[in-house]
Amino acid sequence: MMRVSTDVFVVGAGGAGMYAAIAAAREGADVIVADKSLISRGGATIMAQMTVASAVGHEEPDHWTHHLADTIEAGHGLCNEELSAILCEESVTRIHEMDEWKVGWARVEGRMTQVHAPGHGLKRCVYVDYLNTGPAVARALRGEVAQRSGIRRASGLAVIEIIVQNGEAVGAVAIDVESGETVLVEAGAIVLAAGGLTKLYKRNSASINMGGEAYAMALRAGAELIDMEFVQFFPIGHLAPRMVGMDPIMWDPFRYKVGGRLLNGNFEEFIHNYGASDGGNYTARRDVASYAIYKEVEEGRGSPHGGVWLSFDHIDPKVMQEKFGPMIGRLAKNGIDLQKSAVEVSPIAHYHMGGIRVDTEMKTRIPGLYAAGEAVGGANGATRLSGNAIPEAFVFGERAGKFGAAFAKGRSRAPLDEKSATIVLSEPKSQLKKGAAPDGSATALMTELQALMWEKVGLFRTGEKLEQALARIREMQSDDLRNITIPDDAPFNQALLDWYELRAGLLCAESVTLAAINRTESRGAHQREDIPDASPEFERNQTIGLSGDQLVTGWADVPRISYTLEEKQAAVI
Amino acid sequence: MSDDLKTTLNVYRGAAGEEAHYDQFDVPHEEGASVLDALVWVRENVDASLAFRYSCVSANACKECMILVDGKVNYACTAKLSTGTVTVEPLAKKKLIRDLVTDIVPPKERLGSVDAE
Repeated sequence: MMRVSTDVFVVGAGGAGMYAAIAAAREGADVIVADKSLISRGGATIMAQMTVASAVGHEEPDHWTHHLADTIEAGHGLCNEELSAILCEESVTRIHEMDEWKVGWARVEGRMTQVHAPGHGLKRCVYVDYLNTGPAVARALRGEVAQRSGIRRASGLAVIEIIVQNGEAVGAVAIDVESGETVLVEAGAIVLAAGGLTKLYKRNSASINMGGEAYAMALRAGAELIDMEFVQFFPIGHLAPRMVGMDPIMWDPFRYKVGGRLLNGNFEEFIHNYGASDGGNYTARRDVASYAIYKEVEEGRGSPHGGVWLSFDHIDPKVMQEKFGPMIGRLAKNGIDLQKSAVEVSPIAHYHMGGIRVDTEMKTRIPGLYAAGEAVGGANGATRLSGNAIPEAFVFGERAGKFGAAFAKGRSRAPLDEKSATIVLSEPKSQLKKGAAPDGSATALMTELQALMWEKVGLFRTGEKLEQALARIREMQSDDLRNITIPDDAPFNQALLDWYELRAGLLCAESVTLAAINRTESRGAHQREDIPDASPEFERNQTIGLSGDQLVTGWADVPRISYTLEEKQAAVI
Repeated sequence: MSDDLKTTLNVYRGAAGEEAHYDQFDVPHEEGASVLDALVWVRENVDASLAFRYSCVSANACKECMILVDGKVNYACTAKLSTGTVTVEPLAKKKLIRDLVTDIVPPKERLGSVDAE
């Protein structure tokens, strides 16, 4: 067993985790930042090719309170406004700081270029050309992390559990993926920055690490989650043909810019049958587009792979060349020629609004345990405003690192007993066997869970479907999970990690399903076909925690800001 | 859809210090499928113990899935899966860990090595 000790231990090395590490190191803390993949290579950040919302006001006059107003409106009454306000205000500072770190925001004549994105009142979203925002952000942060002597990097370290003693988080148990060795981490503070849970859906835009492990670790440590029923689906994610090296949500801006037509399996336009006009400007609301696509497929009018067609063949080739630029070549590498054939699109799981419940210092109810990035719940309410995910990673990452470091500084660390690690890792021991397991693998069960979540806990839910899902999820937890054979092949035993990931995924799936059953209304991203209207009594946040091995849900008032946006604007002038 | 087409994946197996052998897996072939798709299929349906790296799922962003495909260095996610036999092996110039996994972690990103300093 390897033992390490640090002031701040950051779990996950995407945008939020790397920012947390930098911020903690700036406070003089020593830091270990770990990722079960490679530092900055895994997670959601590097996958994000799109835009970043920030009221820097380079394109037109703006103020963070306008960004806040748009964020709160998108959140359908459920935004934790204190968190939303921090997100919008500090996004400006972080975007400028990233600029100093040479991320390379697109510019014209020295000023950052900002584009309009859905739901924003003005041009507010910065980006890195062309569809390169996430990789550029990851590279800039990776460089900053590498430069700071106080930060130790741990690639290939899979964190399994947070160790809690006397009600406080004191460390973590991890597995070194390559060697299989157990690693016991003693820490003054722990930041969970391991992303969301969209991988639990069959159609998603996630990396393999987005299976909800941050949420499950938080629950098992005694922290609460909030608003887990709110999963954001992106209406026209790429479905077919197979496309590699491109963001599956890339079609949306082109549909706006160029005007792509959505056609059902019979090559007929259909959006107008759902009360929206899409003729000419193609700006049907995202939720309407999602519903229309879902219904066309359900009624047997889908495209061959179960989506609808997105067609650009009516657009002048010159316009296509101008608007798509170098994308045309990248599409050609995938055998896609938009002048000749349409592509298939479908709603896909894209982001999780719910997450770990924290205060404005990113602290959970367990002292010493912090969260950052998509792992945090509340700032985006019932639907996230376009462009808010990357600033959330920066802003909440910076705060979690800073406040975590301050907490760690005033705290003494006692050596942990190795027994605590042995106990944590004992659970699947009896299921480990030498040699391959021909069937019943954790990955096959994950595939089943993804299909179940997609069909029964997806875009449009009913009480009946949700109950069916809950029953099967609980059965998988008590039966399938405990009975599969795990190949015992070290080093690099991915199958063992798959088992832990499945355990975490099932706990998250149960949380989402239970929360969706309790919310007997439709609001934002939570749409119940059996109860189509929003209800004022549900303008509350839903909490969820573990008591023993039982999930316990409750309701809490939505935190509101105590000032008016006008007051804040006046204070600046 | 071409359900009848298949690929035989010829896969290097073994950990560092072990005698290597090759396993053959018959994998269904779908239009546009990648070598990574085939490897994922094997892990899910035939042999969960097969070791290979990937993280970003076909965005070609993480660059972790670099292996030898028919003797040439390639990303498993961008390498198109052909019909017939396809041989996949670990990178020849990197230290082998197991199966298709090689040591591609930058030295300063290793917890052990940093702690030993």
